[in-house]
Amino acid sequence: MFAGFDFDVIHRSLPYLFKEGMTFTLTLTALAMSGGIVFGTLLAMMRLSSFAPLSLLAGGYVNLMRSIPLVLVIFWFYFLVPWIGGWAIGANQPIQVGAFWSSVVTFTLFEAAYYCEIMRAGIQSVPRGQVSAGYALGLNYWQTMGRIVLPQAFRNMTPVLLTQTIILFQDTSLVYVLSITDFLGAAAKVAQRDGRLIEMYLFVALVYFVISFTASYCVRRLQARIAIIR
Amino acid sequence: MAMIEIKNVSKWYGTFQVLKNCSTEVAKGEVVVVCGPSGSGKSTLIKCVNALEPFEQGDVTVNGISVSDPKTDLPRLRSQIGMVFQHFELFPHMTVMDNLTLAQVRVLGRTREAAAEKAHALLRRVDLEAHAEKFPGQLSGGQQQRVAIARGLAMDPVAMLFDEPTSALDPEMINEVLDVMVELAQEGMTMMVVTHEMGFARKVAKRVIFMDEGEIVEDAPTEDFFGKPRSERAVQFLSKILHH
Repeated sequence: MFAGFDFDVIHRSLPYLFKEGMTFTLTLTALAMSGGIVFGTLLAMMRLSSFAPLSLLAGGYVNLMRSIPLVLVIFWFYFLVPWIGGWAIGANQPIQVGAFWSSVVTFTLFEAAYYCEIMRAGIQSVPRGQVSAGYALGLNYWQTMGRIVLPQAFRNMTPVLLTQTIILFQDTSLVYVLSITDFLGAAAKVAQRDGRLIEMYLFVALVYFVISFTASYCVRRLQARIAIIR
Repeated sequence: MAMIEIKNVSKWYGTFQVLKNCSTEVAKGEVVVVCGPSGSGKSTLIKCVNALEPFEQGDVTVNGISVSDPKTDLPRLRSQIGMVFQHFELFPHMTVMDNLTLAQVRVLGRTREAAAEKAHALLRRVDLEAHAEKFPGQLSGGQQQRVAIARGLAMDPVAMLFDEPTSALDPEMINEVLDVMVELAQEGMTMMVVTHEMGFARKVAKRVIFMDEGEIVEDAPTEDFFGKPRSERAVQFLSKILHH
């Protein structure tokens, strides 16, 4: 049944697919994960704050982000970020941001909403008494959070955070709508140039499957190990 | 002078009043035991002393400093009051050593070396020096509670608060913790202890405070409290926990 197919197109474009495309995808995933976890953790701390305006603000942000399709967010930020950047530095023209940094900002802000909910559960999984013990020793809020609560929250939530990152890795393929050369974008370009759509899209799906499945398997192994330590 | 002074403290959870106009004091070097049926507000009262529980009315001063005054540097004041919890509350992701040195370094600004030296001395004192590099989860309940006492003492506190320190322990481990507390009392540490261990109260407490339904019902010298309790509620409480 594969008689009419030309699988050599994959072999020929491998360097381009991985050196250009996959490098972009992985870099974007790593940056958005780091930024998203940091920002998401701050959001989670805000949401759990007893100061109502802070928790309302964070709650509103999270709910807004989680209610909008990612593609829309990508489009909006692609057009908005240059204007916001220009406004922030006081220029009267939009600044040049470039597709890469625009997508890093977009994914960081979008994924932060999801990481926030994970970290909120993580912070709440640390017994109240731990916070009391920190305060009783004279530690302030930031020291108690940074030294006592967050380390335990991260440890409890590592598997869930990694699972969310696997989803993020798949989601980054949506930058394809900005004609960025991520892994999917690179494959699409080759596919259209050589008229080999089926071969290329099959291959792209296979690669995403192998990477995501392997990563999920590793997360499950990690989860089992954490369970034993506790 | 009173080291801990509690003046007319009242506290509500919504419309439910958990503390009703409580007043008492603990002099320097004095050991006071707080007892009463569960839900009587004794844990809440002791947590008001270092402001872990906020209260709506009244005031608490420790060493002359008010805990409810907004100008008070609360972390600093708390660092001078050691606290031991029912469930130990050691930090499970740190070694015993790190549990003992964290606040010394971060709050008191001691060098790592000085903090470690202090920690070793205290661990020797509670007979746990061999366990310095272990994690809390590798220790028994009694050992964990002794580490928690050492952690409080590492800050050179002016007073120690104990919130039911033995009630989460297996019976055979209670004495190893009480022994440390008795020794501490005999050295002249100012202590406020919420406990049902009446043997401990008889041995070292100067006064016993009996609470019921958020009120301090009785505040009497230890001998008087056990010998001739004045209130009917205290009599009933004592008969329940002394003869079973």
